[in-house]
Amino acid sequence: MTLNPLELIVVAMLGVAVLLGLLRLILGPTAPDRIVSVDTISVIITAGLTGIAAWFGSALYLDVALIYGILAFVGVVALARTIEGGRQ
Amino acid sequence: MRLLADLFLLIGAAFALLGALGLLRMPDTYNRIQAGTKAVTLGALSFILGIGLLYPEWWAKLLVIAGFILFTNPVGSSSIARAIHLAGIQPWQRASSDPLALKAPQEDKSA
Amino acid sequence: MDNISREPPLTLPHYLFIFATVYLLWLLLVGEPSPQELILGGLVSLVVTLVSAPHLLIFGGVKLRIDAPFHLLRYLGYFFVALIRANLDMARRILSPSLPINPRMVEVETGLRSTLGRLMLANSITLTPGTLSVDVKDNHILVHWVDASPGVDLEAATREIAAGFERHLGGFLR
Repeated sequence: MTLNPLELIVVAMLGVAVLLGLLRLILGPTAPDRIVSVDTISVIITAGLTGIAAWFGSALYLDVALIYGILAFVGVVALARTIEGGRQ
Repeated sequence: MRLLADLFLLIGAAFALLGALGLLRMPDTYNRIQAGTKAVTLGALSFILGIGLLYPEWWAKLLVIAGFILFTNPVGSSSIARAIHLAGIQPWQRASSDPLALKAPQEDKSA
Repeated sequence: MDNISREPPLTLPHYLFIFATVYLLWLLLVGEPSPQELILGGLVSLVVTLVSAPHLLIFGGVKLRIDAPFHLLRYLGYFFVALIRANLDMARRILSPSLPINPRMVEVETGLRSTLGRLMLANSITLTPGTLSVDVKDNHILVHWVDASPGVDLEAATREIAAGFERHLGGFLR
């Protein structure tokens, strides 16, 4: 489907949100801060992938979104457990 | 119908943007987790609801994705919060003349 | 020893419940209920249930009663109201230039006994206004408050939040 102006604004807002998250990822200052920003970005992207599915009119991207979400969640928990174990 | 869907998409994107902004503005990791998790969870749900209004035939898979986000996002956030808590990081305190604010860290140790 | 979470053993109804959950997930992912998908899904769900149920002791926390779905719906309604209020509150804090936050840690006790019950309560607390579950130690949940205004009894406020969720969660979780 073609996007109307309102939906273009939505796409731009999601893009800015991911960029702001990336800024926190670069700024840090500590490892947990970076993990938080990865967590946040990955949820925004999971939602964004369902938007891409709608944009391209293909339900295939919904599976991509689901798998992406699962992998991101497992990754975040694994990273959290890693920094937790590193201090004990 | 499309206008209603766009409204939900816009609300979703706005909360995602707010969450990312909160991630940047908040002074310590605990508060960043709070801002990031809450706003982005509702943002993603609202966005997915909007997509569901655009493509009602996808409701089943969208429901699975929304349920997954709703269940796992707080778990992920709490696991990060737990990790930094076990690492001994205390919550940020506003440096102010408020006498009650000074008592807070001592009460926290007993917790 | 009452405050340590113990998993009750899985009974036959719990096996049926896990099977129904897996089967429902299969149907949602497949999307089209054609006969061959229904049969194949049933077989796959059966195998998955038998293989993984010994590792899913957490499901022992589910109360299988007639009125459980009713409590689940009530809980979801209560939860979504709290989620939306939490977001409006957080939006106000993020957007105001002075950043009105004053964080503190508070501990709250829970009456829920099962791991699943405590997990759901901690998740709910994370998504309510101004609170974040940090750690679960036995029957205590450590909660981070984003705004502990001086003069407010935080312990009572936290207990109130937890009790509100427990009332609904207790209907379908141990």
